Amino acid sequence: MIYAAIVFLPGLGALIVGFFGRLLGVRASEVITTSLLFVSCILSWIVFWRMGFEHETDNVTVLRWITSGELDVSWALKVDTLTAVMFVVVTTVSALVHVYSIGYMSEDPSRPRFFSYLSGFTFSMLMLVTSDNLLQLFFGWEGVGLFSYLLIGFWYEKESANAAAIKAFIVNRVGDFGFALGIFGLFAIFRTINLDALFEAAPAVAGQTFAFLGYEVDILTTLCLLLFMGAMGKSAQFLLHTWLPDAMEGPTPVSALIHAATMVTAGVFMVARLSPIFELAPIALGFVTLVGSFTAFFAATIAVCQNDIKRVIAYSTCSQLGYMFAACGLGAFSMGIFHLFCHAFFKSLLFLCAGSVKHALHEEQDMRKMGGLATKMPITWLMMIAGGLALSGFGIPHIGGFAGFYSKDAIIVASYAKETYNQYAFWLLLFGAFLTAVYIWRLILMTFHGKTRIEPGEYRKMHESPLTMTFALMCLGFGAAFAGALGIHTFIGEGANAFWNNAVVQKTEVELFQIMHHDLPEWVHWSTFSAMALGTFMPFLFYVIAPGLPALTTRIFRPIYLFLLNKWYIDELYDFIFVRPTFWIANVLWKVGDVGIINGMIDGTAAGVYRVTNRVVKLQTGYIYHYAFAMLIGVALILSWFMIMSGAQ
Amino acid sequence: MTIGIEHYLTVAASLFTLGMLGIFLNRKNVIVILMSIELMLLAVNINFVAFSHFLGDLVGQVFALLVLTVAAAEAAIGLAIVVVYYRNRGSIAVDDVNMMKG
Repeated sequence: MIYAAIVFLPGLGALIVGFFGRLLGVRASEVITTSLLFVSCILSWIVFWRMGFEHETDNVTVLRWITSGELDVSWALKVDTLTAVMFVVVTTVSALVHVYSIGYMSEDPSRPRFFSYLSGFTFSMLMLVTSDNLLQLFFGWEGVGLFSYLLIGFWYEKESANAAAIKAFIVNRVGDFGFALGIFGLFAIFRTINLDALFEAAPAVAGQTFAFLGYEVDILTTLCLLLFMGAMGKSAQFLLHTWLPDAMEGPTPVSALIHAATMVTAGVFMVARLSPIFELAPIALGFVTLVGSFTAFFAATIAVCQNDIKRVIAYSTCSQLGYMFAACGLGAFSMGIFHLFCHAFFKSLLFLCAGSVKHALHEEQDMRKMGGLATKMPITWLMMIAGGLALSGFGIPHIGGFAGFYSKDAIIVASYAKETYNQYAFWLLLFGAFLTAVYIWRLILMTFHGKTRIEPGEYRKMHESPLTMTFALMCLGFGAAFAGALGIHTFIGEGANAFWNNAVVQKTEVELFQIMHHDLPEWVHWSTFSAMALGTFMPFLFYVIAPGLPALTTRIFRPIYLFLLNKWYIDELYDFIFVRPTFWIANVLWKVGDVGIINGMIDGTAAGVYRVTNRVVKLQTGYIYHYAFAMLIGVALILSWFMIMSGAQ
Repeated sequence: MTIGIEHYLTVAASLFTLGMLGIFLNRKNVIVILMSIELMLLAVNINFVAFSHFLGDLVGQVFALLVLTVAAAEAAIGLAIVVVYYRNRGSIAVDDVNMMKG
């Protein structure tokens, strides 16, 4: 019952406000959705306690859905520790984002629609995390995709918002194609898509092969790679990441909720949820690590050079998701989820702070037009710093620090403990951590410090955001500061087995943990700290001590700078490989296929009939004797025919 | 010389042909067409009566009477049409009657 309440209350709010928002009015809409979300949030924490510390698990069937041959699918709520962690992340961030939006969206005329979408999104996400079979997971997966689309395009008068919404949808389709194939494949092999049944049956087929696209390939490796393709799309990994920065066209609370804390982590969640299957496919896991660690590095390099405050954070999200995948790929699934948990707090905090700045600056997003905001917006400034410290993993080894210090550094150290080719994962992730500190401190310094680049009249009028917004910021700031320290001993390490209670596979992680704590050289533990410290120092050098350095650096390393500023030219590459040929084909199909062949056929037939009839009509002379003569000839012919035929018999 | 059925049939066929040629060759007058039709009907009548006589079946003669009535009615209607046509178009020359030309 309590699980159903958590999942369906936000859905109920979305329905009520979605259908009757105009009748209820704006204030009532806000109150209904937000209060339902808060109820859901409190229940989530209760469930979290029960699952994590009293070691319950539960599986509630709501109703049977599809029964067709061997396919038997029910709506069911599978609740274990992994679900409970996601419950807490989703409902807490969502509730705070609802509160924040009351302040942030206060001037928007279609607020009921906004709140309905937000609640609807939360419902879909909860449906995703509670699913006990892959079809329900897919339902939630597509549901969050739909609401993401609707919310990115929330300001549909803006052409760029529409384009971004469509881009997000289409890029996700590419990933979903693989995901759907993976589900089909699992069903074809196991004749079930129920998770528990799959986990039970999977070990039996480990190492076996089947025919796929004409090749004999390993079953589990192929299927895991296909499923991971879906995760790459949803979680914006390298090559399928292009939609995420563009998704920043949506309102900032949306970016915080969907494109930082919850939806984009669905891919990580899915890999963790299917960890018993992934665990059996080491090659697929290797690929996950490769993609994850490369994305962590790649997105961080781009973030360093961007000037749009939201895009920096968006690429940061990309990069952090890479860390989570890298952890999953190493076999340390619970580390990935732990980072997901911490990341949800500090990244949504960063986004909401950026939103607060944007709100004060009337939708200005360019950091080159900011600066000196620290005195004007002290709470936002403090919270941004908390978020920045958490993201960059500020902390001192063996003593303590902010959230990212525990979760991210654990992943980096684990990547050293696990054997990879030339330790590539470790070096990529370590360099990524350095860049993380660089870009987040660059962002904070450009936005809040130095001489202001805002017009003086504008600058004098600026003030801190309303209480609804700062309240949400402070709650998340608390999470960013302490989530890591509170969670470290339960989520990962010695206590983790009891906490997770088999919700995710722990086997590899336990081994890694042994190595991390006993067999690693001391410098590995300090390497992350040094990367963070060096990365924190660099922006101070560039933007505070020697403000002329950025310009000089960009002049000297101009090709590299342009390469990073243009995001590795990935969008241009896609434009060249996919968009333009598609346009060309569409043009050919339109002008040759449609206009030429199809229209030509129909029009040609019509014109032909017209020509023929024009000739036939000439036969109609109008003279009676011609008709009579024709009749005579006809009669004569028919009679002759009959006579000849009867004679022939 | 006894007059056999072939003589009757020959006469009827010539009459029929004459009527037919009257329709085709006549370029002057619609009334001539009506008359030609009449001629053809009569040729048919001769056939009916001749066969009736030689086969000993009275139905043929009854049918000839029926044809006569129909011919009379047709002539009446045809003439009425011609009169009305003349009032409307001012001519009953066959070459002018070609409103159905495509």
